Amino acid sequence: MQQQQGNRFFFNVDWITVLIYVALCTIGFVNIFASVPPEQSAVFGFNTLYGKQLIYVITGLVLGLSILLFDGRLFNVFSPFIYGGTLLLLMAVLVIGNKVAGNQAWIAIGSFKLQPAEFAKFGTALLLARYVGAFNPKFRDFKTIMIAGLIVGAPLVLIMLQPDTGSALVFLAFMFPLYREGLSGYFLLIFLGMIVLFVADFLVPTYILIIIITAIAGLFIYNNRRKQKIIFSTILVTVFAIAYLFLIKVAYEKVLAPHQRSRIELMLGLKTDNRGAGYNVIQSQIAIGSGQATGRGFLQGTQTKYGYVPEQSTDFIFSTIGEEWGFLGCSVVIGLYIFLLLRLVNLAERQRSTFSRVYGYCVACILFFHVFINIGMTIGIIPVIGIPLPFISYGGSSLWSFTILLFIFLKLDSNRMGFF
Amino acid sequence: MDQLFNRKYIVQGLFIVIALILLGKLFYIQIISDSAFISAESNVLKKKYKYPARGAILDRNMKVIVQNEPVYDLMVTPNEVKPFDTLALATALDITIDDVRKKLKKARTQSNYQSTFFERQISVQSYARLQEIMYRFPGFLTQDRTVRHFPDSIAGQLFGYVKEVSPEDIEKSEGYYKPGDFIGKSGLERSYEDFLRGEKGVVNTLYDAKNVAQGSYANGKYDVNAVSGERLISSLDIRIQRLGEELMRNKVGAIVAIEPATGEILAFVSSPGYDPNQFVGKDWGKNYMSLLANPYRPQIVRPIAGQYSPGSSFKPVDALVALQDGAIDPSTTFFCPGYYMAGNHKVKCEHVDGTINMQRGIARSCNTYFCHVFQNIITKNGMKKQRETYAHWHEQISKWGFGQKLGIDMPFEKAGIFYKNDHYDKIYGKRWGYTTVISQSIGQGEITSTPLQMANVMAAIANRGYYLRPHLIKGIGDKNVVKKEYVVKNYVGVDEKYFEPVIQGMFEAVNAPYGTAKESQIPGITMCGKTGTVQNPHGKNHSVFIGFAPRDNPKIAIAVIVENGGFGGSYAAPISSFIVEKYLTDSIKPKSNGYTVSAFANTNLLPALKEKAKPGKLTKADSLLNKKTDSTRRIKDSLKIKAATLKRTVAAKPKALKAVITDKPVIKK
Ligand SMILES: [Zn+2]
Repeated sequence: MQQQQGNRFFFNVDWITVLIYVALCTIGFVNIFASVPPEQSAVFGFNTLYGKQLIYVITGLVLGLSILLFDGRLFNVFSPFIYGGTLLLLMAVLVIGNKVAGNQAWIAIGSFKLQPAEFAKFGTALLLARYVGAFNPKFRDFKTIMIAGLIVGAPLVLIMLQPDTGSALVFLAFMFPLYREGLSGYFLLIFLGMIVLFVADFLVPTYILIIIITAIAGLFIYNNRRKQKIIFSTILVTVFAIAYLFLIKVAYEKVLAPHQRSRIELMLGLKTDNRGAGYNVIQSQIAIGSGQATGRGFLQGTQTKYGYVPEQSTDFIFSTIGEEWGFLGCSVVIGLYIFLLLRLVNLAERQRSTFSRVYGYCVACILFFHVFINIGMTIGIIPVIGIPLPFISYGGSSLWSFTILLFIFLKLDSNRMGFF
Repeated sequence: MDQLFNRKYIVQGLFIVIALILLGKLFYIQIISDSAFISAESNVLKKKYKYPARGAILDRNMKVIVQNEPVYDLMVTPNEVKPFDTLALATALDITIDDVRKKLKKARTQSNYQSTFFERQISVQSYARLQEIMYRFPGFLTQDRTVRHFPDSIAGQLFGYVKEVSPEDIEKSEGYYKPGDFIGKSGLERSYEDFLRGEKGVVNTLYDAKNVAQGSYANGKYDVNAVSGERLISSLDIRIQRLGEELMRNKVGAIVAIEPATGEILAFVSSPGYDPNQFVGKDWGKNYMSLLANPYRPQIVRPIAGQYSPGSSFKPVDALVALQDGAIDPSTTFFCPGYYMAGNHKVKCEHVDGTINMQRGIARSCNTYFCHVFQNIITKNGMKKQRETYAHWHEQISKWGFGQKLGIDMPFEKAGIFYKNDHYDKIYGKRWGYTTVISQSIGQGEITSTPLQMANVMAAIANRGYYLRPHLIKGIGDKNVVKKEYVVKNYVGVDEKYFEPVIQGMFEAVNAPYGTAKESQIPGITMCGKTGTVQNPHGKNHSVFIGFAPRDNPKIAIAVIVENGGFGGSYAAPISSFIVEKYLTDSIKPKSNGYTVSAFANTNLLPALKEKAKPGKLTKADSLLNKKTDSTRRIKDSLKIKAATLKRTVAAKPKALKAVITDKPVIKK
């Protein structure tokens, strides 16, 4: 009986996902190895970046596999406590955290550094899944949206206070699981509209935008002139949109720090800067572009080898891949991610329990945000937002938190026939 | 399965769309655009050039004339400079602290990241001092290179100078020269730049983001070793070059000596000259300014840029063309009453020679004789066809190189003046004849020539009918390559048989008791020559001698011009004799007339400067500028003649014809 159960467990785990996980970790290790200066990679040692990363990968894998040994129900039961714990850590980091580059992000325990923002992601995912799974709420209700917003909003605000805008931005990923569970698609459209208006507000004079918005609204109202309700909400949206445009300008000047402003301006092509904030992006793009079709070859990238791309083993690791492995390597990595993400969504959909499904969507969407923002940043289509590339970037906190995030779902999935 | 299940596809669709956007941008920057690849190369790859040694130049006897000497520059890369002890650096360089700051500031304005000159050509002492304390000045480094050195300090204008490239040079070279490179700017350094410079080497080095060298690029696969410049063998004979410069000391003028059989230039003296070593040092600018300020204009390369009336030295050519034309034969005689009447314009002769034949005409330099010769040539097809006949004559004379560049291997050669018909047509319409241009028959009037052209004429006579293009470099590289255009014989269109009588005349000019060039006699050597006295309305006449020696199988042809030297016999002829003797016998024996080299070397013939004359402006000594005023005057004279001729032809036609008739040559058989 025990034996049989073990077997069943073994076959129920989605090993293809585990395989992709291992592949991505390996790609990460190889490219971190390439990213350190040549004199460091000459001798293997555990005090080097790649030496440490190897330890993180192995311990991560052990951590992940041991999660598979837990009883899956525990995650459901303990989700409020895990969520609460991460909130406490986020508060603690504001008090006793170490400042890194102006951000209060780390808690140092001995030589070990903990980044609570990373762990807050799966804490939030778990509680959100539990809320939706346990209460099966209607997302037409204002109350439901408020509660879900609160669950996501609390850690988001705490992370913003560090301030770590990049990590906070990732919490927007939770909109997609909620959308899947019935949140109106208008929320996504409004969100998309806000981004479009934000970008447009920098590129086009505000008064022209107002004319365009009013014209579209007018046309829309004319087409639906019989439906009073639609006319009303259209007017409301238009007013909000125009107010939003002015708000952006004010917020931009008053809220954002100068370096954040310049990152946005750089991304939008409003200014160029080869030495300051733009340096990373330019050098990263040069590195990736110089890889051409098949790359310069392992350890042959000059941008990588000679340290032209700052933070290359962490946030800009994708530039190493681009330079040394070319378009081919980039396509393989992006292909692996997309395969993983699509598979996670498929796995989520095969769950019996809503808890598991919502959690699965959370995992997929958090990974998606990370991948999109990180790669987008290294090739200059998104402003510089310092978040890691899942499983590939150097760093224990991020690797472990992504591992935990993923393997909890794999555990839930292996139990998909079970009862929650 | 609830209807919300379909939302899965929206989420998955979004993933795929975003992935395609990422891949699209990657495709663009990695595959379509190659700007990133180029930027990556320029990030890490820095080329350092290795400078080859410039080719040395030897004389025809393999004695070194131009060689290289090592010098040191102090370079600085401003962004690598850390605060340093300015006093220590200033002391080591023998400059003030203020200078240090100024130089650093200047270097910064040029480039912050590239190594630029801080101090050029520091002294050996400074270099030694610096070597011990260089570690205290990060960002500074010494660099050695070579500069030109002239052990004999001779022939400054001939070799020219080497200087840092100008922006125009860089542009013209289409990428070969880089700022800081050196290029031959004048003289042979310029015309043989491509051979002398050698090939720059290049070392490709990889640099990391902190600008620290990381080693060779592709294991030196694309590195190139510097190739030294080619050695050049000059045709100059350093012995007579030095002697010529000595003899021309404190005089304005030029000497050109050519080996007739080869066209090789043996001596190329331009006076006043200058010490070429002045133009290699860091005092280049200062020395150049003082050169420009010299009122005797040493920057003019007189052998090829000085344009003088050939004067009487033109007469042998006149005679040869006339013989070839059949206008005279060697025994033709004319009567010289001491002048020649061109219409009512009187051309004076220095002598009253009575009846005179061609050889004696040459030896005595009889103006009357050659005016008659010219009259015969131009009128041989009748008075109506004088213009056409002049055109033919012009063509024949041009074959000797008059009015055109000979194509010497030096930049800035002048062509001299020798007008065609159209020039006179413009001034006189169609109504001009031999009397209008009679001055040209005795090498006066509009015609001018360079000393090189005159020496070349002598080479052509010495060769009995042809010359080889005169040149200064007889061998390039270890294989002594000779340019093929230097072995082509250029025939002057006069048959060999006509030369002996003319050469006899030139022989008599030097060796007969009645010759005008007796001062150029050399015991034991059969010198043939011709003096010239070029009228100079601004002062003493210019002394000219042209000749060759020995008479049979000539080894040297020479032209000497001494401005303000008076008669050809007084300076140019003796100077020529010293040079020819030195060249042919490698010694100078005491002369019966008591002339010595030192006496000539110590004679100062520099014209006194007028009060108002300012450095760099027109001075009396400046024959070149005077030429212009000269010719203006001549044109005025010619206009007078023209007016007179017109009057005659209109008012007193028969009388004019009569005059023409009396002017007809008296032919004695
Ligand atoms: Zn006479």
